[in-house]
Amino acid sequence: MRFETTMTRIDPTAPDTSEPILYLDGVSVSFDGLKALNRLSYYVEPGELRAIIGPNGAGKTTMMDVITGKTRPDEGDVYFRGNIDLTVLDEAAIAQLGVGRKFQKPTVFENHTVFENLELALKSDRSARASLLFRLSGVQSDRIDEVLETIALTRARNSLGGSLSHGQKQWLEIGMLLIQDPDLLLVDEPAAGMTDAETEDTAALLRDIAKNHSLVVVEHDMAFVHALECKVTVLHEGSVLAEGSLDTVQNDDRVIEVYLGR
Amino acid sequence: MERRGPILSYLAEMPVGGRIILCVLAALAVLVPALNLLLPPDSLFHVPTFVVTLFGKYLTFALLALSVDLIWGFAGILSLGHGAFFALGGYAMGMYMMRQIGTRGVYGHPDLPDFMVFLNWKELPWYWSGFDMFPVALAMVVLAPGVLAFVFGFLAFRSRVTGVYLSIITQAMTYVLMLAFFRNDMGFGGNNGLTDFKDLLGFALQSDATRAGLFAASAIALAAGYLISLAIVKSKLGRIMVAIRDAESRTRFLGYRVEHYKLFAFTVSAMMAGVAGALYVPQVGIINPSEFSPANSIEIVVWVAVGGRGTLFGAALGAVLVNLGKSYFTAALPDVWLFALGGLFILTTLFLPKGVVGAIAALRGTAGKRRRGLSGLFRLLARRLL
Repeated sequence: MRFETTMTRIDPTAPDTSEPILYLDGVSVSFDGLKALNRLSYYVEPGELRAIIGPNGAGKTTMMDVITGKTRPDEGDVYFRGNIDLTVLDEAAIAQLGVGRKFQKPTVFENHTVFENLELALKSDRSARASLLFRLSGVQSDRIDEVLETIALTRARNSLGGSLSHGQKQWLEIGMLLIQDPDLLLVDEPAAGMTDAETEDTAALLRDIAKNHSLVVVEHDMAFVHALECKVTVLHEGSVLAEGSLDTVQNDDRVIEVYLGR
Repeated sequence: MERRGPILSYLAEMPVGGRIILCVLAALAVLVPALNLLLPPDSLFHVPTFVVTLFGKYLTFALLALSVDLIWGFAGILSLGHGAFFALGGYAMGMYMMRQIGTRGVYGHPDLPDFMVFLNWKELPWYWSGFDMFPVALAMVVLAPGVLAFVFGFLAFRSRVTGVYLSIITQAMTYVLMLAFFRNDMGFGGNNGLTDFKDLLGFALQSDATRAGLFAASAIALAAGYLISLAIVKSKLGRIMVAIRDAESRTRFLGYRVEHYKLFAFTVSAMMAGVAGALYVPQVGIINPSEFSPANSIEIVVWVAVGGRGTLFGAALGAVLVNLGKSYFTAALPDVWLFALGGLFILTTLFLPKGVVGAIAALRGTAGKRRRGLSGLFRLLARRLL
């Protein structure tokens, strides 16, 4: 078993490189009798970049909801950093632990500037009292500028979030994810609605981020997944159908049947 | 980069409308009482007492509108029950003034207000104790609405009641309180409420000086409420409130406990509404359960919408403008008022979504133009003076 060392740990929030950063075991969720997730199990190693693919209705978004605390699983375990049970925590607590999420539909704060969007996402004390008294330090301001540079939005610094193009919103949201400095990033269809050039840039950006973060990317676009050059998990009807390199799973008969058959 | 102290940068970043309102309030707080008290009644510049009281009342409404704008305009919480917090603050002040009557009541009882003597009560209920002391009453003016808002908000926000459902339960809250306060055995004077006040802190309520003083106090309270609200919305907490308004679940996934933020704003807002109520009651001379009526609370939202939601000073302006209209209509064309109010709300929503303030800003052109004008001058002055 993977968890024999958990009892000896002193600080439960300290990162432990020997444990999987994310571990799902037998997770089931049903809505009105329909099984969205059906005994879903897989794990992600620390520092890993993982792509999750699957046809519509395979349960990708529900899986994200379970990991980030939006949906409670009917059964099964979800552990973060080996011993933190995510099924008993709410969204805010999970986010504070270091799980960042980017939504499928880009959701940035439309009435805040790009800078303010990043300021809100910036890793900091999330309590109301701290927010009331918050003053941006020079170091934090520099960090925001750094991320603005990374996501190529330096010139849009003072534009409202709502005025950005679709692709820029996607990038701003990735920037907001980065600046939270999470240990695990969940990214839902980052290339949706992007041009080919933007898609390539996004893949490069994510590969770069994966150098020092664990990253789970849910994606439809096979060209994009190919560009990520990583291990792939195929979901189907709420459970894992196949796992391996993109070439391996693309040649798997069951995967071909699910994607092309019937 | 320029380095400024917190107070200076706070003042320099204040919107133009806010500065105008603060200047106008400061001028009003001094001038109106002076013109009322110092000039002879036949002077051209004399402000009659009834005008002082009428505008004093408008200022308390402006503070009430401000409190609603703080939560509706910035955190997206549409409270249709804010009249309840206003009325609770008013009742707390009313109870103090009832105790001040002493033996001057119709029945001449030293402790019991007339309505309790009439109901054959032998002693003050426990919740009336302490109200003969002004500091206690003052504390209750903010505590009673604050505690109710905290408990109500704790339950509602924790259960993630939002949008129209929240608005409906705030209506229910104020309606329930209205029914409760109508009951004689509640000990708040039943449907007559509390009235026949004689004095406040020893000053006769009927005297011109007291009325002028209440007017000045209302202007100062409004200015203070504005400065507090502005400090909140300009802080990071204010930006998080707007984030919650625009994308609540996104804010949650950033790690912010949305319910805590809403609870903070809702409680502060209720306390401000309580202060407004406490200043309103001595100026109109009565508080009764009709202040809890759901329609009253809806009217407050109309003031904010007309003035300009999410601008703070617009809300205050809207309250004064709509109530000026109300005073005119209810005197000249009493049957038309409700239709006029309803029509005003529909017209504002359709044609002036950002209210009067938004329309003025649109007429004046871009924000850049304004920066160079008034605010540029103010910055220069502030840098010289501070």
